[in-house]
Amino acid sequence: MFILEKRPTPSRFWLYATPVVAVLLTMIAGGLLFALLGTNPFAVIKTIFWDPIFGEFAFYLRGQLLVKAGPLILIAIGLSLGFRAGIWNIGAEGQYIMGAIVGAGVGLAVYPTESRLIYPVMVIAGALGGWAWAMIPAILKTKFNTNEILVSLMLVYVAQTILAKASTGFLRNPEGAGFPGSRNFSSYKAASNPEFFAGSGLHWGGIAALVAAGLAYVLLQRHIVGFQIKLTGQAPRAAKFHGVSPNRLVMLCMGLSGALAGLAGLFEVTGPAGQISIDFNVGYGFTAIIVAFLGRLNPIGIVLAGFLMALTYVGGEMAATNMGLPAAAIQVFQGMLLFFLLGVDVLTNYRIRLLFRGTR
Amino acid sequence: MDFGSINPVILIASLMVAAVPIMLAAVGELVVEKSGVLNLGVEGMMVMGAICGFITAVETGSPFLGFLGGAAGGAGLSLVFALLTQVFLANQVATGLALTLFGLGLSALMGQGYNGIKPPLTPDVPFGPLAQIPALGPILFAHDWVVYFSVAVIAVTWWVLKATRLGLIIRAVGESHDAAHALGYKVNRIRLGCITFGGAMAGMGGAYVSLVRVPQWVDGITAGAGWIALAIVVFASWRPWRVLIGAYLFGGITVLQLNLQAAGSAIPVEYLSMSPYLITIIVLVIMSSGKGRAALNAPAVLGQNFHAAR
Amino acid sequence: MARDVLLALEGISKTYPGVKANDDVTFSIGAGEVHALLGENGAGKSTLVKMIYGLVRPDDGRMTLRSAAYAPAKPSEARAAGVAMVFQHFSLFDALNVAENVALGMDNPPPMRELAGRIREVSEGYGLPLDPSRLVGDLSAGERQRVEIIRCLLQDPKLLIMDEPTSVLTPQEVAILFGTLRQLAAEGTSILYISHKLEEIRALCDAATILRRGKVVGTCTPAEKSARELAEMMVGMTLKSPEREAAEPGPVALKVMGLSLASPSAFGTSLKNIGFEVRQGEVLGIGGVAGNGQDELMLALSGEMRAPRDAVQIHGRGIGDTGPNERRKGGLCTAPEERLGHAAAPDMSLTENALLSAGVRRVLTRKGFIDWPKTRAYAEAVVSTFDVRTPGVGTAARALSGGNLQKFVLGREIMQEPEVIIVNQPTWGVDAAAAAFIRQALLDRASKGAAVVVISQDIDEIMEIADRFAALNEGRLSAPVPTKGLTIDRIGLMLGGAHGMHEAEGPAHVHS
Repeated sequence: MFILEKRPTPSRFWLYATPVVAVLLTMIAGGLLFALLGTNPFAVIKTIFWDPIFGEFAFYLRGQLLVKAGPLILIAIGLSLGFRAGIWNIGAEGQYIMGAIVGAGVGLAVYPTESRLIYPVMVIAGALGGWAWAMIPAILKTKFNTNEILVSLMLVYVAQTILAKASTGFLRNPEGAGFPGSRNFSSYKAASNPEFFAGSGLHWGGIAALVAAGLAYVLLQRHIVGFQIKLTGQAPRAAKFHGVSPNRLVMLCMGLSGALAGLAGLFEVTGPAGQISIDFNVGYGFTAIIVAFLGRLNPIGIVLAGFLMALTYVGGEMAATNMGLPAAAIQVFQGMLLFFLLGVDVLTNYRIRLLFRGTR
Repeated sequence: MDFGSINPVILIASLMVAAVPIMLAAVGELVVEKSGVLNLGVEGMMVMGAICGFITAVETGSPFLGFLGGAAGGAGLSLVFALLTQVFLANQVATGLALTLFGLGLSALMGQGYNGIKPPLTPDVPFGPLAQIPALGPILFAHDWVVYFSVAVIAVTWWVLKATRLGLIIRAVGESHDAAHALGYKVNRIRLGCITFGGAMAGMGGAYVSLVRVPQWVDGITAGAGWIALAIVVFASWRPWRVLIGAYLFGGITVLQLNLQAAGSAIPVEYLSMSPYLITIIVLVIMSSGKGRAALNAPAVLGQNFHAAR
Repeated sequence: MARDVLLALEGISKTYPGVKANDDVTFSIGAGEVHALLGENGAGKSTLVKMIYGLVRPDDGRMTLRSAAYAPAKPSEARAAGVAMVFQHFSLFDALNVAENVALGMDNPPPMRELAGRIREVSEGYGLPLDPSRLVGDLSAGERQRVEIIRCLLQDPKLLIMDEPTSVLTPQEVAILFGTLRQLAAEGTSILYISHKLEEIRALCDAATILRRGKVVGTCTPAEKSARELAEMMVGMTLKSPEREAAEPGPVALKVMGLSLASPSAFGTSLKNIGFEVRQGEVLGIGGVAGNGQDELMLALSGEMRAPRDAVQIHGRGIGDTGPNERRKGGLCTAPEERLGHAAAPDMSLTENALLSAGVRRVLTRKGFIDWPKTRAYAEAVVSTFDVRTPGVGTAARALSGGNLQKFVLGREIMQEPEVIIVNQPTWGVDAAAAAFIRQALLDRASKGAAVVVISQDIDEIMEIADRFAALNEGRLSAPVPTKGLTIDRIGLMLGGAHGMHEAEGPAHVHS
């Protein structure tokens, strides 16, 4: 038996150590899972965590890491601001889709005009699309006190239906021989988001992610709005006493996270995905929730966590093709990571004291 | 378009079936929330119940054991939630989300090799001649046992919460864990029990999806039913009988939009299929904007963890 | 007067990390005796009674109840042994009715209908009438306490523990409660009465055990000692009464008129046409039993709740529709009652908590960017000027003791040199030395020309520092009267007499 004792002051050591402990525990538990699935756990873990960075195909996979990490970081940065303030936008997947549809829609509407202005306008449209989608739960929360978790999540399903309609209907490639999916942006220069250097994986999305992380860091460390976000999450009544307007904060945090998710969607659909298709989204909006928590809702942590999560995607795909590991195993692995993180997190605020028999 | 092809008797009979998964999951979650715990992992527990129930039923050939297996699967996953939130005091919102992400992954993993298989059929309860009564027969006396069971669970939950000491203690724990603790109640243990019950009900609801509603296994089969169940708890303002109404309402919408699609309605299919989610949002808005005494049914310490300091 | 010993404690000790809550405590309670447990906040009274009630287990020592070993592992065992407890806080459920609340505190409650009947019977028998079907959230503080008492009495206790029972009562309600307690004692029930109110203990108790820093520092018969002697035993030193230079009050600094606001919470009290004025250099005390609109008044004055523009005015300028920071800019600072979670963020450092309310007046931000060095310097200034005991300003607020955090919160507001300062329960749960310090600091601010409003449930505190007194009763504020020459009976009537006790106002029950 053991009991928990609240620490007078949160432990700085455990604040930084818990993600590392969680990753190690996940490797152990994941290894057991992989062994159960009949694969060699050490080989799988090496394939996931080592090969993409240092292995034979690292020259290609490193780029892929950046491709996957970019949207995860961008979305997670936005989510983390809301999560810090106790505002739970979990519909980033929907905002991501809507950003992509609106941004791509703007580009496709002016096809085949070539102008330098087109891409920036699409970027703004993408951000606005995500922002607007996030404003629905935000406005409903502030006006009617509706639970933002449920509304933002319901809107994911709605966005997915709109995406299906877009790729088979209003955005379908008229020259696509009836196949679902929009025109491919890689053949429409003004509206595409190519890699800066072939194989680098770096495109505007990656740049935007790093800029967002930097700005979020400054906001949280140095700016009064960042202070208000943290204060609202930790002590809502104290935040009101300080003078925070809860409604304005909801609008701000939801809007920001929606806009960033929309941006991520636009960069993805014009870059790596290449077109609006019924399944261009691969769940980044949900995985970003894990990234946000794994990064301790801290911008620097999120950048690291984004790369770690990208590693599980890229390495997981490798393990799937080379060693026959089921794709779902990686999803389980990611879920475990979040569980272990939430579990060991208790050490930041509590001390564990073991009770032995005979001890009072 | 042919509205005439939509038979109201069949519509009502089939909405009762369509409502079962969300009704079971919602009544389970209602008990969880009454004890002051917000478990957002309903979707994950449902999908775990769906696969565990499916596997059990296929392997044993018994749909009844399948439902038990589904309940066990949901309850098993809910124990992870209980461990994290009640012992390690993890944030309930984050843990619930993790539960859903994890459940979707684990169910997909477990379901490999079960795609395309038909589960054993869950037969209707034989009511004999009663089922032949026009209109009433198909509505009331032509269902499998789970349909009746789900209504019974509502009734029992209502009675337990309203009239028994156990129900009083659950409500008290959700109203003020500090006061309950001061009177000597084991807050976290009571919550553990409620969480497990909620998990079992969600799991059974999930099993109903894969064994009766669909009936086969596909990844992510519950398609947001768990989230709708959460919304129904709010809609019901934490009252069991209103869960029944809410579940029938949503069951009705689901069945109706499918019927409209089949009948070749002028409304595009996409808009029909997003209608349950949109209507959920509208209902949430209506229920949340009402202020005052109705809100009193909401457990006062919902979502807060309890740690006995001294 | 030799009585049979009911409960005896021998060498009871309990240690928490960093604190020795009880150290070798020994005393005994006789049958039918009203025994006072006297001590300051933090002296270890609560821990001790929690051990008697089975909520906490002692590290060391033993207890005997009627000569048999007594070691309850949980409250139900204590109740089975005949020990019942009326809590100061946290044991009622607002959304449940009286009968349900009573049932929850019993181990084998009868069916609800029968229980309701017994509640009526017992409550009227002891002069504390209660309607079993009412929601507890709708009851006044005095009635809520009655629910707790009835809950205990239904189980025929041999020992009734009462933790600070009078802090929520008007003087008339106190008189009624004492009548009930004397009746119980006469019937043979022992009462362990925990309090720091000396006059009450002198009036009611047969014996007293005095605790200081977890140790027993004396036992006595309270009627034979003066309140001053008791106080010195309790505090361990002589306390100075706060003092101030007499000064003529200046022009009106704060004016409130026609302030009516609905409460934001379901069981709150709405404010009804509140009006008062406070002049520069004057201290206005607003008294009232908990739950009569204090929180709402505080929210309306701090700017957390908005009112019509002219309902709140500073120096004749309407600020009723502005938020907290606008009001701070205008010269009004406030300190809410609840320290952790409202006046201060528990997990944030003292530096961050300094920024919480002082950002505007001390100019701690530039274009929204926080000047951390300046903020830290301000926090350090508060810590040193107000003698806040802390390892440093990087410490989390929750790590501070109640008194130290309250000094920090008050210091943070006072050092902003506000022209109007409003505080709610400034010394609640604070030890005597810190309380004296805080009261002196408020008076000093008044002598420097600030208008001071002290909202408090502690009438003694108001009488000590306020120039004028107004009573808040069911959301209405009485006209302020000078404190000089005010009698306790008059104050009691201003506070609304006995809340909800109308049925009990027969001559047989009033002992005052």
